[in-house]
Amino acid sequence: METTVDNNLITRPENILGRVITSAKIRDAVKGIKRIQRSHRQIKAENVFRKTIILVALAMVVLVMGILLTLILQSVLSVKATGIGYLWGKTWDPVRDIFGAYPFILGTILTSFLALFISIPFSFAVAIFLGEYYPKGWLPNLLKNTVELIAAVPSVIYGFWGLAVLVPIVRVFETKIGVQPIGLGIFTSSLILAVMIIPYAASLGQSMIKMVPSNLKEAAYSLGATRWEVIRSVILPYTKSGLFAGILLSLGRALGETMAVTMVIGNTSLIPKSIFAPGNTMASVIANEFTEADHPVYLSALIELGLVLFLVTVVINMIGKRLTKQFTI
Amino acid sequence: MRVNSNVKYRIGKSTGFQVLTIGLAFACVVPLIFILIYIIEAGITKINWHFITNLPKPVGEAGGGVANALLGSMIIIGCASVIAIPFGILCGIYLSENKTSKLAYWSRLCVDILQGVPSIVVGIVAYFWLVKPLGGFSALSGSAALAIMMLPIIIRSTEETLLMLPDSLREAAYALGMPFHRVILKVIIPCGISGILSGVMLSVARIAGETAPLLFTAFGNPYLSGNVLKPMQSLPLLIFNYATSPYNDWHDLAWGASCILLIFVLLLNIFTKLITRKWKVQL
Repeated sequence: METTVDNNLITRPENILGRVITSAKIRDAVKGIKRIQRSHRQIKAENVFRKTIILVALAMVVLVMGILLTLILQSVLSVKATGIGYLWGKTWDPVRDIFGAYPFILGTILTSFLALFISIPFSFAVAIFLGEYYPKGWLPNLLKNTVELIAAVPSVIYGFWGLAVLVPIVRVFETKIGVQPIGLGIFTSSLILAVMIIPYAASLGQSMIKMVPSNLKEAAYSLGATRWEVIRSVILPYTKSGLFAGILLSLGRALGETMAVTMVIGNTSLIPKSIFAPGNTMASVIANEFTEADHPVYLSALIELGLVLFLVTVVINMIGKRLTKQFTI
Repeated sequence: MRVNSNVKYRIGKSTGFQVLTIGLAFACVVPLIFILIYIIEAGITKINWHFITNLPKPVGEAGGGVANALLGSMIIIGCASVIAIPFGILCGIYLSENKTSKLAYWSRLCVDILQGVPSIVVGIVAYFWLVKPLGGFSALSGSAALAIMMLPIIIRSTEETLLMLPDSLREAAYALGMPFHRVILKVIIPCGISGILSGVMLSVARIAGETAPLLFTAFGNPYLSGNVLKPMQSLPLLIFNYATSPYNDWHDLAWGASCILLIFVLLLNIFTKLITRKWKVQL
């Protein structure tokens, strides 16, 4: 590189400009050119870097579009074979090529909403406790961190624990209330799900409650309101949309949760008769039957379930995110 | 007198609600503690040197270990990190540097979507993108699926950390004539490294226990295998397969594996919390 630079300098007339060339001048010129080359390199690297991060950001969009496209393309076969009736077809019988997703959709809705129903009082209690009653101190801090750890435990471990501990307990409970004591079923999976989704609504709700302006609360106190009245008529109305967003995020989690549910729900394709009956959710049926699906329509039907699951969770999460953003602005 | 009793009633109601709230709030912790104690009690006795270094024995033979799952988990998580960390950090940089561009809006939206995608759906997609074209289940496809799940967490934490850094830092570096990439790599990233690192660790903790995407990608393998293009066992897969089996010996293995996995994940989480707390104090 250096020699070419030297040659250019001496042989090309426009560089010499008719002056006497001393070796010192050449050295200076070479230095200058080197500096220019270096900054050239830097600018080039800068451009490459800029382009790379743009590409990466673009890749994220492509990735999500790719996921959606793959799901749609792969479920075309099943849509063609079963039509729109797929969603409320009551039988799922791969052997006879009858695919109706209703049992799984019903199972998903039952488990998720039951779990939500059980978990809401707890997560709201945590949110109010941490946001309003005791926002500071070591004990609330400990509680906060512990509740967050609930979300950290792998779902397969929840499932295993449920199988070993919760199922026998539910079985005893079922004998007491006089239904068929299976142990596995929608009720058991709802219980496990309820524990798993507490942290999502709790942590969002807590940060929302902390954001309630204190002059609103103080105004209510000065009117003689008790703590409960302040919570009920100031804090809860003010944080309404935030709390709702928390519920939606929890719901999104519950809908997509696979392993824990698969292990304790009992896995049958029949329509569940009661909440104590075994069933299947959309996620669990995919987990169970995907590798067993032996013909294209069967596989495609499972993927269509995945597509439905994907769309539902995306919509729910998006509404939740929108609400949270609205609230913070 | 009447007013007085009314006030008393209201105060009583308020106190009652407070007690109820505290009670319910602490009741949340009970299941977690039960699970922790139960798993550690059931698992810790199974863990010894033999357990860590041996392969699972066939049904009916006592003993055996989970060496294949441990190694497999490490390889799968390692590959997933190698894929996801550079991508995630670069995307986070883009989002923090271009707050208002159109691409940033869409990209952010996609990250939000990705965060909510059920893990089983990621598994399906990885199956069609990697397992089918490569002609069989492989650890690599499992890693790719897990990497997709890691991305949103890393991107979010990188973006939020970098946004928190003061602009003066960036401007000072630019004033010295540093090119863009060196400002980012030599000034911005080192300043926010603890935040980024905690995001990375959190994402590793999250995928370490993920089972659903591995079911039809890494698939599981009863033997020791280091080949990323072949099926590979991992801890969560082993727990799932052995926990749902009817054999007591296998249950024992699953308890031991659960204990290892749980301790690993919890330690990683707690460690991350400590880092972020320390970092926040510094800022």
